[in-house]
Amino acid sequence: MVKPIYIVDGARTPFLKSRNRPGPFAASDLAVAAGRSLLLRSRVAPADLDEVILGCAAPAVDEVNIGRVAALRIGCGLKVPAWTVMRNCASGMQSIDSGIANIATGRSQLVLAGGVDALSRAPLQYSDRMVMWFSQFMAAKTPLGKARVFLKLSPAQLFTPVIAIMKGLTDPVVGLLMGQTAENLAWRFGITREQMDQYSARSHARVIRAQQNGWLTAPHDGLAAEIVPVYDTEGNLYQDDDGVRSDSTAENLAKLKPFFDRKYGNVTAGNSSQITDGSAWVVLASEAAVKRHDLKPVGRILDTQWAGLDPAQMGLGPVHASTPILKRHGLGLNDLDAWEINEAFAAQVLGCLAAWNDDAYCRDQLGLDGPLGELDMEKLNIDGGAIALGHPVGASGTRIVLHLLHALKRAGGRKGMASICIGGGLGGAMLIEAL
Amino acid sequence: MTAKHWKLDTDRDNIVWLSVDKADSSTNTLSADVVAEFSAILDEMRSPKPRALIIRSGKRSGFVAGADIEEFTRISSTQEALAIVRRGWDVMNKLAAMPFPTLALISGYCMGGGLELALACRYRIAVDQPGTRFALPEVMLGILPGWGGVMRLPRVVGPSAALDMMLTGRSVDARRARLMGLVDASVPERIMENSARMMALEAPARHRLALLQSLTNTPLLRPLVASMARKQLAARARREHYPAPYAIVDLWQKYDGDPFAPPAGDPASMATLVEGETARNLIRIFRLQERMKSLGKESDFEARHVHVIGAGVMGSDIAAWCAMRGLTVTLQDQNAKALAPAMKRAGALFKRRLRDKRRIRDASDRLIPDVAGDGVRRADVIIEAIFENLEIKRALFAKLHAAAKPGAILATNTSSLKLADIGTALADPSRLVGIHFFNPVAQMQLVEIVSGANTDGQAAKDAAAFVRQIDKLPLHAKDSPGFLVNRVLGPYLDQALRLVDQGMAPETIDAAMTQFGMPMGPIELADTVGLDICMHAGQALAGGNAEPPKRLAHLVTAGSLGKKSGRGYYTWRDGKAQKGAAGAVTEELIQRLIAPYLKEAQAVVAEGIVADADLADAGLIFGTGFAPFTGGPLRYLSAKTAPR
Repeated sequence: MVKPIYIVDGARTPFLKSRNRPGPFAASDLAVAAGRSLLLRSRVAPADLDEVILGCAAPAVDEVNIGRVAALRIGCGLKVPAWTVMRNCASGMQSIDSGIANIATGRSQLVLAGGVDALSRAPLQYSDRMVMWFSQFMAAKTPLGKARVFLKLSPAQLFTPVIAIMKGLTDPVVGLLMGQTAENLAWRFGITREQMDQYSARSHARVIRAQQNGWLTAPHDGLAAEIVPVYDTEGNLYQDDDGVRSDSTAENLAKLKPFFDRKYGNVTAGNSSQITDGSAWVVLASEAAVKRHDLKPVGRILDTQWAGLDPAQMGLGPVHASTPILKRHGLGLNDLDAWEINEAFAAQVLGCLAAWNDDAYCRDQLGLDGPLGELDMEKLNIDGGAIALGHPVGASGTRIVLHLLHALKRAGGRKGMASICIGGGLGGAMLIEAL
Repeated sequence: MTAKHWKLDTDRDNIVWLSVDKADSSTNTLSADVVAEFSAILDEMRSPKPRALIIRSGKRSGFVAGADIEEFTRISSTQEALAIVRRGWDVMNKLAAMPFPTLALISGYCMGGGLELALACRYRIAVDQPGTRFALPEVMLGILPGWGGVMRLPRVVGPSAALDMMLTGRSVDARRARLMGLVDASVPERIMENSARMMALEAPARHRLALLQSLTNTPLLRPLVASMARKQLAARARREHYPAPYAIVDLWQKYDGDPFAPPAGDPASMATLVEGETARNLIRIFRLQERMKSLGKESDFEARHVHVIGAGVMGSDIAAWCAMRGLTVTLQDQNAKALAPAMKRAGALFKRRLRDKRRIRDASDRLIPDVAGDGVRRADVIIEAIFENLEIKRALFAKLHAAAKPGAILATNTSSLKLADIGTALADPSRLVGIHFFNPVAQMQLVEIVSGANTDGQAAKDAAAFVRQIDKLPLHAKDSPGFLVNRVLGPYLDQALRLVDQGMAPETIDAAMTQFGMPMGPIELADTVGLDICMHAGQALAGGNAEPPKRLAHLVTAGSLGKKSGRGYYTWRDGKAQKGAAGAVTEELIQRLIAPYLKEAQAVVAEGIVADADLADAGLIFGTGFAPFTGGPLRYLSAKTAPR
């Protein structure tokens, strides 16, 4: 790339697990909480930004351009343009890439880019049949006509809402639930239930270790804290990711029933990412902006890649997006110091590793001469991932870029890859350098 | 005719749009010449008649703020006062009798005489914006609405709502005004002219009261409503202290609001009110309040970002208040957990005061938790509100001084430490100033601006401008123990607490002082402030050599700190002191209790802690609630010693 793209700082809210009811914060509340604290501690005044870009997979109907809502509420002022991007699970990586593109063309110098979703607040909707019923009821003019339509009301329809999030987690083209695409990968690469549960237990253990060491909530190695505390108006404080469980051991996870392919499948709620609310932001800057505002960047984004693949195998997106970057930079899997592969499903992360190590897959699908080999597990998701933290869809892309920087700095590493699988058959990856 | 203060336009529908725009003034008030012109304009309109008359303001700031208080304060005789009442009463009656539709289009404040003018119109339309407020605040000046308000408001909104507005002086916003029927419509600014034009042309039937409400305005039921109102009044204020609200009830019940109907000497007559001490004192306090407001105009300092350190009750309430007033606020304490109660208090304040969910959200968005103290280098005002420890404050200010941006105000909310002592650690202590708030912040209007020996005069002026920006009343005070308010309260509380030691019941002491006119007795006040704070402040004032009152020391040792711990001199339940029966209150007891207060107030003026006796009176009324009808402690003293 011609122009260097700097990451000045980044912050996120704690990721708050959905407890089967609307969570304490609207998506914009979360974006505002993280964004205002981030801008406060940086040398960037909100009004100095050239634009705000926010990824969100499922904005609420009352804040559809949530990027603009968040920018105004953060106090960026009327004149800072703001918009919302959507690339499903990578919306929060797309926002960064859109910022990169605008910095590269010189349109912007300083960009606040991030992601958010409050999945706990995904709506319940009426079915098409109920909507038709309402339409007829409204159309009926006479009391008798209304009574007639009323009698046609089916209580079963009335009390069976469409759960929007289940629709969102179903691929509209191939008709598979995301968990079923993970089952596909497990079957294809022979990944067992035990391997999935072990990997998931590791994710929980890693997050707990990171929490206990304060790696997520305290400044370290020249970086400000990754998580900023969030308060609701009742005075409740949220300062840690709350989906992680110390009792999520492989033994306990083995007890859960398969969720997507019922009874005979392998993918459970325990070895999948959690449904969660959260937001994350980074401040991106051009070289000129770094100089003008005397910024101290903590990282650079060296390269980005997007890739498409079969929606029924969407979990391999990271393989398809990362491999071209590795090729361009002449790197092997283990030439990097750290990897973040978003943990949509344990089977999907393990599927990626298996694909890179699979001669036929690498030759046929990636156009390589042979397998890339085994990725060193000690470099992968070293502080756990979405299985333990949750996957607030729009926020995850930003989180893994931000956390990769934290992981690199702590490990004293220099370069790393953040990559993510995307529902609908896509993958995204960014090559990051810590400064 | 050519008018100086009014502008006439006749549109193609032959509607006259009459704008009031008082010359050489930022505010529309109904001074003598404004009223005279208005009267002449109305006379000319009798022929040829317009189709309708729409009265509006030519100023963005508001509709009409009321009569000209300045005029009222200059009057030297009862006759002059009655002349002012007469000309307003007559012109409003003339307006009400116009033989075509009349309509008041109201945006911004509509107070006193302004509301009486609107009430004399056939229709009223309010522009729904935050600044639109309706009130009849005359009672707060010890007088009554003499331009037809007492007659017309009960007819428009019903006696119960009308008495509530007139007896409290409270204002209502556009939406509330619409709900209670005070206005016929509440519309957004963008369609205000259209609404006024259409209503004037349509000339719908006049708004009418619901049956029950109109019944209560009949001679038969008025005595019942009036006696209920008097009963409620008696619980709040005594007639000998505050005659005006009682006069309003009388005037409505017996004379249908006509200020010229009561015979001479009747307590409901305007003459009796303006001849009384209370009105004179309350009007003086109003002017002193204006004087305190003008202290904020000596600098054009404008804060956008306030950083508050210390999220205790004071710090968090200061932060929440500033956020509510539109400032960006960062609130710092040692860890995230320490900020949680502050966020809760702020959330409750915003809900209570702002009500509208978007305004609540915006205020919450402006209040930013800031454990790391990142706000320091962005802030225009930094307010320290941590616990009273000199060494820690010194160290803190040394750090703040280095990090703050040039020109920022460095302020301490200390109540017992000397500014000069805190400032010793600073290379340049000239920007260090005391900005001393009182608890509860949302209710207490007074804020003391304390200048130390090294404080730059400009810094104190900037601080006063900031205090005005957040809609509080600034008062400059010298850096001496207790400043003004605590210095005067100290000996008063001390004496009261020692009387308890001698066996007097707290209830009797408190009853004596509420009878005197204090909003709260000294013992209950001590419990409310917190006994630990009282003891600490008392020791700081006494220089540490005096023995504290025995029972106080005992209670503090036992951890019974008053309201906040549920037990102090009183037991507290649901935020209320559980009181037994009070003993007999004698005038001698009252004088004995108030004596230390008065003595200290004199000393404060003699020592030049505040600029003059007037400001001491105002400060003590707004800072301690000293019985306002007395005009303040020094005024009270001079009235007592110099017979009229």
